Amino acid sequence: MAIGSKQQEARQKILTALENQYTTVTFDDPLENDMVLNMGPQHPATHGVLRLLVRLDGETIVAAVPDLGYLHRGYEKLAENMNYHEFIPHTDRLDYLSPLANNVAYVLAVEKLAGIEVPIRAQYIRVICCELARLASHLVWLGTMAMDVGAVTVLLWGFREREKIQDIWDIFTGVRFTTSFTRVGGLANDMSPEAIAATKIFIDELPASLDECENVLARNRIFIDRCEGIGYVSKEDSIAMGLTGPLLRAVGVDHDLRRDEPYLVYDQLDFHIPVYTDGDVLARFYVRMTELRESIKIIHQALEKMPSGPVNAHEPKKVLPKKERTYGKMEELIHDFMIVNFGINPPVGEVYHAIEASKGELGFYIQSRGDGYPWRLKIRSPSFVNIQSLPMMLRGGLISDVVAVIGSLDPVMGEADK
Amino acid sequence: MKDKLLNKLNTQFKDSIESVSEFRNELTLYIKKDDIVKVCQFLRDDAELRFDSLRDVCGADQFTPNNRFEVIYNLYSLKNKFRLRLKIRVDENDIHVPTVTSVWQTANFEEREVYDMFGIIFDGHPDLRRIYMPEEFEYHPLRKDFPVMGIPGSLPLPRK
Amino acid sequence: MGLMKTDEAFITTKLDEMIGWARKNSLWPMPMGISCCAIEMMSFAGPRYDCARFGSEAFRFSPRQSDLMIVAGTVTYKMSHVVRKIYDQMPDPKWVIAMGACTSSGGIYRTYSVVQGIDLFIPVDVYIAGCPPRPDNLINGLIQIQKKIARGEKPGQSEKVYIQEPSRIHERQTA
Repeated sequence: MAIGSKQQEARQKILTALENQYTTVTFDDPLENDMVLNMGPQHPATHGVLRLLVRLDGETIVAAVPDLGYLHRGYEKLAENMNYHEFIPHTDRLDYLSPLANNVAYVLAVEKLAGIEVPIRAQYIRVICCELARLASHLVWLGTMAMDVGAVTVLLWGFREREKIQDIWDIFTGVRFTTSFTRVGGLANDMSPEAIAATKIFIDELPASLDECENVLARNRIFIDRCEGIGYVSKEDSIAMGLTGPLLRAVGVDHDLRRDEPYLVYDQLDFHIPVYTDGDVLARFYVRMTELRESIKIIHQALEKMPSGPVNAHEPKKVLPKKERTYGKMEELIHDFMIVNFGINPPVGEVYHAIEASKGELGFYIQSRGDGYPWRLKIRSPSFVNIQSLPMMLRGGLISDVVAVIGSLDPVMGEADK
Repeated sequence: MKDKLLNKLNTQFKDSIESVSEFRNELTLYIKKDDIVKVCQFLRDDAELRFDSLRDVCGADQFTPNNRFEVIYNLYSLKNKFRLRLKIRVDENDIHVPTVTSVWQTANFEEREVYDMFGIIFDGHPDLRRIYMPEEFEYHPLRKDFPVMGIPGSLPLPRK
Repeated sequence: MGLMKTDEAFITTKLDEMIGWARKNSLWPMPMGISCCAIEMMSFAGPRYDCARFGSEAFRFSPRQSDLMIVAGTVTYKMSHVVRKIYDQMPDPKWVIAMGACTSSGGIYRTYSVVQGIDLFIPVDVYIAGCPPRPDNLINGLIQIQKKIARGEKPGQSEKVYIQEPSRIHERQTA
């Protein structure tokens, strides 16, 4: 298949970028030959469609360039053409390992823009949603990272636990996976006693399973040798690179949006933020394992403290009424018609709201001109910024460490490519 | 914190700031396009303000005849736990903007995304290529005159 | 013709049926896991909805060693060349499952960069609806391909099979 001249230009541009990377490693080989290896978009260990071009000297990595865009679906363009409510199912597919957290983040930004205050019961349920989503995401991280490093058993254990969370979501929201559960001004449904009981049973059994997984990995000589000292980033570089989430907490920076800029009811809950100072793959492993246990604590407290009350805010012109009432009452029918066809019409202005998702800071920047559609919606995705630090982490390492580093970074391409 | 910030900026960069506004407890400043690097450098290095983290760079297309585009910088200070937004206006005829990669390294990928989606060229960027669309793509998708469903034939498909 | 038993220990059948039986019970999938559907495909291979009991024991990530490609996730124009390359590398006979709404027809993304259905550049045998389809639905798709092989149809050229979302198994109470 002959390559056209435009494609040749494109190929040349990316190879030039690889050549121009600042390299601090000198070549061992007296012939000074290097090889460009393409870890292509379809690869068992790249966590989705991430393409990595690596320049190798023997087995040492000299430079690396990530190539994104294989999953670019045009979210921001779509958002300019639909209502605020119509965009909620799209937010599920961003970080598809923790769909409820994305729903909550988007709806919080829209509510900040429109100035809607949500009742307390809904805020507690949203906290439970976020923490369950964090648990689900970290369980997949644990499974895939262990599988990449060699321990395939932990993958099946992680998926067994994740199936239990998906059963809870099935009872609670009606869907196993892409939930679209939150609405502007509250939630789609209240949390039934069945769902509460299922959650309680699950979080009572989870610590035992986590202990099982940790016993296999945390003191395992092979796992520690494989992960220690790999993929190191310094503290100043981490902050300059804009890393957030477990990556920042593994370098010694004590920063967590749930405590520093509390949203929902996190300021009334008591939890501990794990901070390690090593900055390598093993430190990130410990940070995420501790976060799993802290999430269990948060869900316990939220279930105990949850008050009874309404689940949707009392703002008839902005909050969708319940479907059963639109069939009988005139007011609800009119409001339903107006909101679905014309949108919620928040005031003119712009807002940025961020939450602490499982990968880092997930933020939504919305510009509104007063009508039902956002004028501009930008998604600040943590995986996009975290992938930027890959070349720095890989430089000077061996080719077999690439997989462990990508595993500890935990990128999700649905988020990174938007 | 907000008053301290505005005092310091007014003493040093009085000509660069075009306007100040606040909405829902968030501070937004409009800065002149050519002074953006100086202002960002000052905000990062000042011992009290310490805006050491750039969280987001995005572009916007206002679709007005003059000053069509905007570039928006969302800053965060880890020490003071304070957020700030800086905006610059870019005209369609003079679409070059100085880059802030010398101040924060994270701007690298983000400015590439703004270039890919809007066509705004950042002077001094180490590696300005398209990031999401393939290199051969000729249009800039997030401009308001580009249709959502795309232009048929703009992207090649392999033969069946 | 089928199997004919006689009094002695002999079974007679057609060679095609024998080969078809062997092929359908050992379909090794190549997971082209691109986005959210890939996670449901991992559940499909996981401990609960076990696909190994249907013969798909080994998920081969190399196209040269597999005979079923499950395309799971949104295919963009940039990615379509990669999918086509991998499809060309698979040895004959090969079958393709288009999993999810995005591969069947573009899904919820009617945008400038998403291919509106992978059958624009790859011949597809089974389309599975859902966003993402439940792993039960994917097992149904696998069984449909097995039935297709047992009937002796050539891959990619015969009648397409469409699988819809299953109805609710039991009613749930809403608040």
